[in-house]
Amino acid sequence: MSDNLLRVQPIRNGTVIDHIKASRGKKVLDILNLSGSDTTISLLINVQSKIQKRKDIIKIEDRELNEIEIEKLALLSPDAIVNIIRNYSVADKIKIEIPEFISEIVHCPNENCICNNERSVSTNFKLLNKENLQIKCTYCGRKMDEENINFI
Amino acid sequence: MKHIVSIEDLDNKSIMSLLKRASELLPVAEGKKKSDKLKGKILSTCFFEPSTRTRLSFESAMQRLGGSCIGFADPSATSHLKGETLSDAIRMVSGYSDAVVLRHPREGAAKLASEVSDVPIINGGDGAGQHPTQTLLDLFTIKEEIGKLENLKVGMLGDLRYGRTVHSLSQALDRFNTKLYFISPESLAMPDHVTDELTNDWSTHQNLESVLSELDVLYVTRIQKERFPDVEDYKRVAGAYRINSELLNNAKPKMKILHPLPRVDEISTNVDNTKHAAYFRQAFNGIPVRMALLEKLIGDK
Repeated sequence: MSDNLLRVQPIRNGTVIDHIKASRGKKVLDILNLSGSDTTISLLINVQSKIQKRKDIIKIEDRELNEIEIEKLALLSPDAIVNIIRNYSVADKIKIEIPEFISEIVHCPNENCICNNERSVSTNFKLLNKENLQIKCTYCGRKMDEENINFI
Repeated sequence: MKHIVSIEDLDNKSIMSLLKRASELLPVAEGKKKSDKLKGKILSTCFFEPSTRTRLSFESAMQRLGGSCIGFADPSATSHLKGETLSDAIRMVSGYSDAVVLRHPREGAAKLASEVSDVPIINGGDGAGQHPTQTLLDLFTIKEEIGKLENLKVGMLGDLRYGRTVHSLSQALDRFNTKLYFISPESLAMPDHVTDELTNDWSTHQNLESVLSELDVLYVTRIQKERFPDVEDYKRVAGAYRINSELLNNAKPKMKILHPLPRVDEISTNVDNTKHAAYFRQAFNGIPVRMALLEKLIGDK
């Protein structure tokens, strides 16, 4: 039995988020607000990986991620892989992708932007660069990189 | 072409064709020739923030082409619309007219309006954001005064940090292979987000004298007192960036000075009668340029 399995047991139903950028797992938990839910969650930090040098893994029991959560995850760790587990086996493997337009999940930092000042307008960002994450508000044009993204 | 939210909505070919049409429309703009190209058409001017120059030039342009205008100019109009969202106000106004000019204190307002409007939205300035017709009239002025837009050496002087006209103009001129000289105190330097996108050669300078003789165009902006916590600092800086006719002895004979106006005292009145002064013609150029744009957006339907 490998070390990883000894550390954390396989889950019967739920989601395993694999290949999260090392040390990013805690932030993923916070942003997706998973620690507030009442299911069992395991977070593995700095796991040895063949693909990346180190990675984080999150196992969430009895819960599958929805589209918005997957979009947020893509911004936090674009290389992560979402495994949907049903009855101990991988029912679905989702290669996440940052969409070309990112709506409703990120705050615009420009207080004078119309999207922060008008009811019923949701924020909208265009993806400029995937590798060195950079997005741009489609309203005011403000650009943001990975470090200063604020989730709604 | 549907809406004009940003100068980026126009490619170089569309810009050149608008400038060419603006040039043809000069006699109509001056009232020497009549046009009824937009007869029966209505332009809404919705100014949620006052801007007399922009509003009057749009209204003049529309009327010179035989069209008419409705709208509001009063900043208190925003309180008349209290409770109503901008989106709802634009949906209403777009049903009353063939195009809408929008001036608004928030960045991105014109983009939002363009998402809900059935008729063309023209951005007449959105907060610290875009003001594409100003950029077009600046480009038109340079082309008319110098004879071309390509391969010029253009200096920008004054408040380059907060002046949105110089941001948009720099990015637009860069598309025409312009070498840009940014001349300002360090505290008012051109922001990185503008210079990062420039593909041609550019340089920064603390004083004008060192580069003046190289320039084809000098674009002057106002240094605003509000930017300086200390009045003495303001006086010192503003004094160092003042243009007068003696200073211009070193300039190329055909070098032209532009300024978006209103000026305070950054250009001495003794420059007004020199062959370098182009800023009053520049202010007038707002009319033919906006006429060309209105024709394109409303007349070609």
